[in-house]
Amino acid sequence: MLKQTEGSKAVAEAIALCRPEVICAYPISPQTHIVEALGEMVKAGELAPCEFINVESEFAAMSVAIGSSAAGARSYTATASQGLLFMVEAVYNASGLGLPIVMTVANRAIGAPINIWNDHSDSLSQRDSGWMQLFAETNQEAVDLHIQAFRLAEELSMPVMVCMDGFILTHAFERVDIPSQEQVDAYLPPFDPRQVLDPKEPMSIGAMVGPEAFMEVKYLAHAKQMQALELIPQLAAEFKQQFGRDSGGLVRTYRAEDAETMIVAMGSVLGTIKDVVDDMREQGHKVGVLGIVSYRPFPLAQVREALVNCKRFLVLEKSLAVGMGGIVATDVRMAVSGTGLKGFTAIAGLGGRAIPKASLHKLFLEAEQENLEPVTFLDLDWDAVNKQLERERQNRHSGPIAENILYDKGISSAAKFG
Amino acid sequence: MPFQPVKFYQTGTYTVGNRLLDPDERSEQASENRSNSINSGHRACQGCGEALGARYAIDAAMAESNGQLIAVNATGCLEVFSTPYPESSWQVPWIHSLFGNAPAVATGVAAAMKVKGRREVRVVAQGGDGGTTDIGFGCLSGMFERNDDVLYICYDNEAYMNTGVQRSSATPPAARTATTMPVGPEPGNVFGQGKNLPEIAMAHGIPYVATATVADLRDLEYKVRKAMKMHGARYIQIFVPCPLGFGTASHDTIRIARLAKESGMFPVFEAEHGEVTGVLKIRHKVGIEEYLSPQKRFAHLFGKHAHPEMVARLQAIADRNIRKYGLLEENN
Repeated sequence: MLKQTEGSKAVAEAIALCRPEVICAYPISPQTHIVEALGEMVKAGELAPCEFINVESEFAAMSVAIGSSAAGARSYTATASQGLLFMVEAVYNASGLGLPIVMTVANRAIGAPINIWNDHSDSLSQRDSGWMQLFAETNQEAVDLHIQAFRLAEELSMPVMVCMDGFILTHAFERVDIPSQEQVDAYLPPFDPRQVLDPKEPMSIGAMVGPEAFMEVKYLAHAKQMQALELIPQLAAEFKQQFGRDSGGLVRTYRAEDAETMIVAMGSVLGTIKDVVDDMREQGHKVGVLGIVSYRPFPLAQVREALVNCKRFLVLEKSLAVGMGGIVATDVRMAVSGTGLKGFTAIAGLGGRAIPKASLHKLFLEAEQENLEPVTFLDLDWDAVNKQLERERQNRHSGPIAENILYDKGISSAAKFG
Repeated sequence: MPFQPVKFYQTGTYTVGNRLLDPDERSEQASENRSNSINSGHRACQGCGEALGARYAIDAAMAESNGQLIAVNATGCLEVFSTPYPESSWQVPWIHSLFGNAPAVATGVAAAMKVKGRREVRVVAQGGDGGTTDIGFGCLSGMFERNDDVLYICYDNEAYMNTGVQRSSATPPAARTATTMPVGPEPGNVFGQGKNLPEIAMAHGIPYVATATVADLRDLEYKVRKAMKMHGARYIQIFVPCPLGFGTASHDTIRIARLAKESGMFPVFEAEHGEVTGVLKIRHKVGIEEYLSPQKRFAHLFGKHAHPEMVARLQAIADRNIRKYGLLEENN
């Protein structure tokens, strides 16, 4: 059913259609509206049978989900940013135990400095946690990916994060097609766990594993994600057949046929990028787009195939590998290794910094002319950066960085150090 | 407390041959039908109090739940010695996740059983004192506050024994551990104000809180069975001497546990909804030295460089427990 709704509300409705049996809720912006809506549905009896548990931390949220999933209940939670970091030990544990939990990450920056706005630092910090990570471009895709995520997780008995841009998607009202219960039931069978805690058939889960078997267990987690490279496109194809929509898959290209310059990105910024590419195409520039939906597993072959015929590519990412450059860009370069393709990285939108069309337009033209540094920081205020660097050169006790920058930008009346 | 019509006992113990008791007074361990939930072959040290406590506790919980039990385990000695891959001592469905999340994992298991309409399946979570009073404290408090249908059992041996005897918030003052060495003018652990977890549990107003020791195994079984008759969050803390960490002989585990109780250092009581409903009285009161001196972790308090002032402070703690919980018989 088509409706005009908030992204979080739409995702909550999609989750409810997946018949979760245990939902763990802990507040952190910008995911909170999702669990609030689910809590209301459970309380009203619209989502039943389902246990909605208000936990005392994100660490507990993931831990409760570990317990409920191991006991055979379809389990869901949502988090973001500091919350994801607070539960990290349990995040790794869930994948190590092979529990098919689905979690929404409403992507948000990581502090300090504390910042509630969107970038991809949180889920990308969990790159190697053993969770699959699917990135939604729109709220429609966020809805659809959650439905696919439960299938994917339960087929492989591995957990899945569905990543959607905080505020940009979670708080945006737009038209979303919410499927019917019959449609979702036809697509997503009841949870039939590979392992379950049950007095009828006692088993020990979570035993101590020494050097004699640890590598095999870890390899199997990798093997599952390699299987996911096959399964994700199948699930997307089946989804299209039943729901009539293209959603999910490993990667998606846009106007890429004869592109000489390819722009690679994940998440909602793809919409803005496509608009800019449309404008540039009208002006005769051969620019195309590669959107990555599945960040883990990373579709090396599909990325290579999508880029191999271009002359150069630019990875635009909302994350930063401090001391190195791009996180996604590193994977993309791995995918095209040996081709000799020229690649650039642009770090953009950290902590919710706007990514305007004009800035992208300029950036893409520079990429086309190969007139870019290997790593570019989009719309970075160099004056503010240089001022602080100079302050640190001049004064041993230069004070807290964030407060100085705010002062220099005239945003804060905090005392100026040095 | 249970009325125990003990007809025969050896002096200084409550040991009674089961054949002398009526069948319904016999212990679960004496039963042919005991579940052997934690089976033989595990790798606990000789004289391990925790292995003994867990055996009695989980078998009693199994009996009370008619075999419908799922156990959750925090990281620690019990987890390590019971499940070295590919072996497992557990005859019950059992899960180990992390050091600090056993109460939350148990909440999840209980929620799954509830949502599936399997209310007959009961959930026990268990951990050592480090996993309970330190790293798992947040999750434990959350589980208490929500009154989730979980019995949490803390096997309290007063330090992080699994990692090599480091101090926990349950370590008593003056005790030697690897991180509170017996050096300097005030050797061993500091005299803090302590962290009384049974009382913290009581402050949550949960249905049942109890303490027990491996010296009074009938009392332990009774408390586990009583807890399993109830629903909601329940907490039992069992004093389980650790020969390695305490520096005691393997054959002295029961004796040390008894002295902890008889000296007043470990008050044995039970409480419902935050109110103490019963205490196990001290039968033969002993001075604190009798409890401390067999333990190498307190050896620096005695001998050539003795610290009688520290012993006196420990005696004062025991005396306060005796007053506070009324541990002495009226006529003593």
